[in-house]
Amino acid sequence: MVYIMKILLMGNPNVGKSVVFSRLTGVQVTSSNYPGTTVGYTKGTLKLGEISAELIDVPGTYSLQPACQAEEVARKMLQEEDPDLVVSVLDATNLERNLFLTLQILEKGLPTLVVLNMWDCAQRRGVHLNIQGLSKALGVPVITLVAVTGEGLKELSEVMEEALKNPADYTPQISPMHDDERWAFIGQLITELQKIEHRHPTFLEKLEKASVHPVYGLIIASITIILTLQLVIGLGEFLISNFLDPLYYQYYGPFITETVTNIFPSGIVHEILIGTGYQYETSFGILTTGVYVEFAVVLPYILSFYLFLGLLEDIGYLPRLAVLVDSLMHRLGLHGFSIIPIILGFGCNVPAVLSTRMLEGKREKFIVAALISMSIPCMAQTAVIIGLLGVYGMQYIAVVYGTLFILFISLGMLLNRILPGESPEIFVEIPPYRIPHLKALLQKTWSRVKGFLIEAVPFVFLGILAINLLYILGIMDYLTILVSPLLSNLLGLPDDAIGALIMGFLRKDLATAMLAPLNLTAQQLTVATTFLAVSFPCVATFVVLLKELGVKDLIKVIMIMLGVALLTGTILNLLWSVV
Amino acid sequence: MIMTILNQLENGQKAIIIDINGGRGLIKRLESLNLRKGKEIRKISSAPFQGPIILEVDGCQLALGRGMAAKVTVKPL
Repeated sequence: MVYIMKILLMGNPNVGKSVVFSRLTGVQVTSSNYPGTTVGYTKGTLKLGEISAELIDVPGTYSLQPACQAEEVARKMLQEEDPDLVVSVLDATNLERNLFLTLQILEKGLPTLVVLNMWDCAQRRGVHLNIQGLSKALGVPVITLVAVTGEGLKELSEVMEEALKNPADYTPQISPMHDDERWAFIGQLITELQKIEHRHPTFLEKLEKASVHPVYGLIIASITIILTLQLVIGLGEFLISNFLDPLYYQYYGPFITETVTNIFPSGIVHEILIGTGYQYETSFGILTTGVYVEFAVVLPYILSFYLFLGLLEDIGYLPRLAVLVDSLMHRLGLHGFSIIPIILGFGCNVPAVLSTRMLEGKREKFIVAALISMSIPCMAQTAVIIGLLGVYGMQYIAVVYGTLFILFISLGMLLNRILPGESPEIFVEIPPYRIPHLKALLQKTWSRVKGFLIEAVPFVFLGILAINLLYILGIMDYLTILVSPLLSNLLGLPDDAIGALIMGFLRKDLATAMLAPLNLTAQQLTVATTFLAVSFPCVATFVVLLKELGVKDLIKVIMIMLGVALLTGTILNLLWSVV
Repeated sequence: MIMTILNQLENGQKAIIIDINGGRGLIKRLESLNLRKGKEIRKISSAPFQGPIILEVDGCQLALGRGMAAKVTVKPL
């Protein structure tokens, strides 16, 4: 086997390692303007002249003494991966703090390069640095880089190639130091090599301060949230009514129906592929409703959500929101930063559960994961809920989300009370506001939309197939008899709803859409959608929950989930019959 | 000038960190984000409802919970 060189990309959180990684390998990874975007590692290959090497994007860490799971990954990788080269990425605007980790890495005596990223920001901030001096003091080359634009990238690849060819020339000679000695050494370097000009605060810096101000901060937060919601929904609706609906009803629907009917005029295959016809949203053919729900209902909202979420992420707003809600989140056993996984959950619960790795404690992870999988409906589900209940009026949508919100709060408070231990205090870096890079933003949005498509499409097809088979094989009748008392007595739903509830295991959006042909009243629809949102996670979320929490905690979450779902559905149903 | 704790600083006030009254874990954790003895900091604001303290060290903003902030002794400048 050919030996493949291994390069580790390391650095503090939020210094742009993932951008450097994407630039060097062409592999798109999600990067944002807050610490902790990368929680697992990504590998990619790159070619440096003749050499093929593997590049690993390591989660950010402030030191080699880890404080959370993501940082632990970083420490382990440096120890166990035995890299041929370490590329230590620094934020040039914050050299002193960044150098601490860099020195710890250099002390390991591995071939290393030092990259000062965000060099343009540093210059705008009036940072003057003696680069040759720094390079001499550290004993390895120091390269300046603007990863988002690619400035300095060519030089970086050239030096990387050199370093892989002549590792001895790039191996630092710095003997291990105590922390105090290391800080003293850094202090000396900074005093000798760096000068910072004083400048007046820019508009963005004033806005940064206002965003965490007790009064203005809350005003800015309210405006931001309301505006974002309106934009997400507005763009979603716009895309549907102007492009996707006409496309489906005028071109795709007739075409696919005719094509399939030509080959299979009738029978089971026709039934499964087309259902009762493209004109009906409720036909439940794989190629009719299946395609319509995913591409014309869900996809536009997914696109719109990730576009605006990406914008907020790249500007750097989310950590500020985290700070503002910190004390409220403490009542739920969480600290402010857990708002980030929760917001991600509104897009898709899968990356949301994965991102809980940036939180410190196991307790906190459990609470957030439980809250997300129970009370945060993903965008796919939301899109269908809007489509389904919107017809009857906003008040029904409000009941669904109001119920979920009450659930979120009360469940959090309950878990905080019954779980032993307490939530850690927040301690995070708040990155400066940055003007987003349009190209990077669009790329990120696209890669997330692509992720959705890859994940959703097979499950949708499989799901429709499975449900059809259950009906054809008569298994559904048996299941119906089994749960019918539960459905009708507790939730007030007809027996037919069983199909949708079963589909809930596979895809929540499709499951919700399956309620449409049942001729439910608006009340019944509201109860059923809420029940679906709270109950069992979709299979993709189930898998990541299992991975992140382990079997024992997952069983706990699911027990809570089923209990709470039944309870919530029953209460909602009862309240309605009383009112 | 009299020493105080981080929480007590006025918004916009500068101070020097004199001591961190915590275990090794806390000291190391604060240190990794450059909050350590002798550093000059500036308090920016405190979040609503008894939320975290926001401060600036070397042009970089940090948020830390009040419990932690209370363990940081500072000398206002």
